[in-house]
Amino acid sequence: MSRLEVQKTYKIYIGGKFPRTESGRFYPVKLKDGTITNICLGSRKDARNAVVAARNAFEGWSSRAAFNRSQILYRIAEMLEGRKAQFIEELMAVGDSKASATKELEASIDRCVYFAGWCDKYTQLFGSINPVASSHFNFSVQEPTGVVTIIAPESPSLLGLVSSIMPVIAGGNTCVVLASENSPHVAVTFAEVLNSSDVPGGVVNIITGKEDELVEHFSSHMDVNATIYCRNKHLNLIKENASLNVKRVSDWSDKDWYRDGDDPYLLLETQEVKTTWHPIENIAGAKSGY
Amino acid sequence: MTNNQLIALKRPIDQVGVEERVARFQTRSIKTEAKIQGLKMALNMIDLTTLEGKDTAGKVRQMCYKAMHPHDALPDLPTVAAVCVYPTHVATAVDALKGSGVKVAAVATAFPSGNSSRKIKLADTKIAVDAGADEVDMVISRGEFLSGNYSFVFDEIAAIKEACGKARLKVILETGELSTLDNVRHASDIAMLAGADFIKTSTGKISPAATMPVTLTMLEAIRDFYYETGKMVGMKPAGGISKSKLALHNLVMVKETLGDAWLSNEWFRFGASSLANDVLMQLAKQAEGRYQGLDYFSKD
Amino acid sequence: MAKKKETKLDFGSKWDYSAAPESAGHAEIKKEYGLYINGKFVKAEGGKKFASTSPSSEKHIAYFAEASNKDVDKAVKAARKAYNEVWGPMAPKERAKYIFRIARLMQERAREFAVLESIDGGKPIRESRDVDVPIAANHFFYYAGWADKLEYAFPGKTAKPVGVSGQIIPWNFPLLMAAWKIAPALACGNTVVLKPAETTPLTAMKLAELIHDSGLPAGVVNIVTGAGATGAAIVNHPDVDKVAFTGSTGVGKIIQKAIAGTNKTATLELGGKAANIIFDDAPTDQAVEGIINGIFFNQGHVCCAGSRLFVQENVKDIVIKKLKDRLSTLIVGDPMDKNTDVGAINSKEQLATINKYLKIGVEEGAEIYQPNCTLPKKGNWCKPTLFLEASQSHRIVQEEIFGPVLTVQTFRTIDEVIDKANNTPFGLSAGVWTDKGSKIFNLTTKLRAGIVWANTFNKFDPTSPFGGYKESGYGREGGLQGLSAYVKLN
Repeated sequence: MSRLEVQKTYKIYIGGKFPRTESGRFYPVKLKDGTITNICLGSRKDARNAVVAARNAFEGWSSRAAFNRSQILYRIAEMLEGRKAQFIEELMAVGDSKASATKELEASIDRCVYFAGWCDKYTQLFGSINPVASSHFNFSVQEPTGVVTIIAPESPSLLGLVSSIMPVIAGGNTCVVLASENSPHVAVTFAEVLNSSDVPGGVVNIITGKEDELVEHFSSHMDVNATIYCRNKHLNLIKENASLNVKRVSDWSDKDWYRDGDDPYLLLETQEVKTTWHPIENIAGAKSGY
Repeated sequence: MTNNQLIALKRPIDQVGVEERVARFQTRSIKTEAKIQGLKMALNMIDLTTLEGKDTAGKVRQMCYKAMHPHDALPDLPTVAAVCVYPTHVATAVDALKGSGVKVAAVATAFPSGNSSRKIKLADTKIAVDAGADEVDMVISRGEFLSGNYSFVFDEIAAIKEACGKARLKVILETGELSTLDNVRHASDIAMLAGADFIKTSTGKISPAATMPVTLTMLEAIRDFYYETGKMVGMKPAGGISKSKLALHNLVMVKETLGDAWLSNEWFRFGASSLANDVLMQLAKQAEGRYQGLDYFSKD
Repeated sequence: MAKKKETKLDFGSKWDYSAAPESAGHAEIKKEYGLYINGKFVKAEGGKKFASTSPSSEKHIAYFAEASNKDVDKAVKAARKAYNEVWGPMAPKERAKYIFRIARLMQERAREFAVLESIDGGKPIRESRDVDVPIAANHFFYYAGWADKLEYAFPGKTAKPVGVSGQIIPWNFPLLMAAWKIAPALACGNTVVLKPAETTPLTAMKLAELIHDSGLPAGVVNIVTGAGATGAAIVNHPDVDKVAFTGSTGVGKIIQKAIAGTNKTATLELGGKAANIIFDDAPTDQAVEGIINGIFFNQGHVCCAGSRLFVQENVKDIVIKKLKDRLSTLIVGDPMDKNTDVGAINSKEQLATINKYLKIGVEEGAEIYQPNCTLPKKGNWCKPTLFLEASQSHRIVQEEIFGPVLTVQTFRTIDEVIDKANNTPFGLSAGVWTDKGSKIFNLTTKLRAGIVWANTFNKFDPTSPFGGYKESGYGREGGLQGLSAYVKLN
């Protein structure tokens, strides 16, 4: 007698846990082989819970040493590499060829490594010491803007997801991400990777579901500081809603993620610039030299 | 007080903040009536000073005349506040100033370095007081202060204060040797607690002397002491104030830091020698409308 | 313990300063100002105009043209043409020299600008002379030098200008805000349509004259006067590529919404409610001075004003005592007098807003304190005001008053004060006073604000980026980071 395969239940990822959607709803995604998978149809309350989790995680994540964040992001790459076969299989299950699935997976791993390297460098490159004309030491440095909602690209489902998350968390933000609607499996598996690679719970929260339903809450929530939009249907609505609390909006709809993803300026889009002043004592008429 | 108690008095001063406050005082524009009143007030606050190795009775007598008659060509001028001399010239000055209301101040305690024994400093003080000095300007032991021996400085001031009897004690911090405003503040607090009637910036022998940031720091120390104890202490910037404008800005600083009560020569003095003639030139200019030349003002 | 004798300093009238008015003789004011469009001073369509009045003397100053949609359209067209034909193609080092020239002209005419700024806006001449005008000139000087160095500012990218920049500025720093907006825009190769606030158009039109004198090609900078409708016309003009706005959070949100359906980019510099935090180990007298500068600079008409004071509870008494004494020495009155510390409230409307909040504060139960100072009979005035015993739930603590009104709260621990300081939708600036370095850096990293002043307050410099977190807006003005708003990166 042949053995019955154990199938995976695809759940959402909030605060480091894998709950089902609180709504109890699902939507079916048919795989290439005809199998039907039931995907959580995330609700506004799931989005709300995810924002709460992201906010709670923000202080801890943003105050980690940049070097520590760097190591954790590199760890994500290691975990992805280790689960290579699973991801390729999942991408193929929704219709990708083996070659394209492999290419996407490898690009995704490399993207993690790329941004892992930026964590402890971007403030050196884009921060500044400002030579003010008074006797003060003055410097500007980037700080994460806070909680970011991301409507990840519909495709490439894995590379798009990874490419939109990495610059955000590399810079110390936490995020709530809406995964690709028709290829959500890799997103859930990616959440498992995050969960096993020392990324604290709540730093990345991944919801599956429908853009039409969730875009409103992703962009109007008053405790969200920025929204990144990677699709092409609701940009204007997002920008309008953003004005409720002066959210920063990034339009990443026209990115070719194979070509445009290695770019530290993406990271800067969810950064604030903080400028600090302090007097410089000058005894006996010696003036400061900054 | 014990050294530890005195260490606990230290309060931080932000030098750049002090300089910014000073810069703001310097933007005060003193014109017309206010200028005349301010100049007369400044003249009346001067401790006309001669502290030279070559001082003689003749020099002191001439200066005393100037103290009482700053410039007789101008009506309604006040006298200066005091003359300031070495202890050996106190008797001459007392005699020359008799009945004028001008006080006699004597520098004492091994002025200007203060490097001598307690015994000699006390004797020095006693000589001045016995000769009739109304005020004694002592120097603190900067070496002891900078080496952290605060109780030595405190005890010394207290001892001199006792030796002064009725004479008012001005304590010279010699701020130019203290280097930081934090030290200026700490020394001010120690001096006031030990019984100083006045605190004074400098001997005039060391530069920098009475800069405005130093004076402001000391005025603020006086203010805190007053808040705390209700006791008024006087202030004397000395050295480096030779121009009327700077004197007026000092008065602005007094007015806006300590208020009206300190705007008199009972609580505020300028230690200076050439300031008087500059003030007189400005007063003459206000009266006559013409800019003046130094040849028209007596140098004593 | 024996009860201490109440010690009180007397800041009386023993030696009052005589009047010291700045001479206004050399500052020429025309009867009427037109719009500066395409290098010419023109009347508004239909000849519509409005008057500007001095907030201190209530005297009429001049008439200003009120730009209609058509006028704004002309200005945008002129800017587009200049962008396409002259300013865009010009060699960057040539652009730089024009901007340097503007800086120099402003330095030469500094006193005139200062006088006019004080007449029109009500701010003390000491501030317009020592702060507004010199920093405005320095801004042009600073950004001029960037024009031919942009490839070093954006490593790995090519910086191209955005195009036509529509700029709307407030009434609190009329000339300085114009400089903050125009200088980086020009340096990056953009052209400009700028609208000053309707209560303070005078120095902007003087700036137009200066720019005209500088020989800047026609249409590169256009200045149109008017009120909200004129501003809306700029924001909504389809050929404006970038909107730069400084003003209230309310209007900022309207602008953000208005451009949502377009490709326009924006920088918004909006309101604030800065915490100014005094620890028990702070240099107290300098901290008190910082509190004063933080809230009474420019009558408190400052988006980054330190309007929420947090005093550590164990030093509350002495800090408040010193604060009250310091308030007694502030001179409130004629902006043109060189000794004035606090000038006139910019407009009747703003005075009404401030008075509304004074009433609210009293009703909320905060303890109001105002020094005993006499105010001029004519004009818009408000005494420097403290609200003691304020709490986080008071509206006077939560809402931006934009006047010389300081709320005072106490705190016990660092965690508590960080929490309270960040407990606001705003995030523009903050102040920290302590002698301990490690505590400063702890706080400066945890305060969610774009500018943190440690042991100082309300300092500005062209090299120093300015701008907020959260509802205080986005984008930075000033410094290297201030270039980003005016370039497209490829």
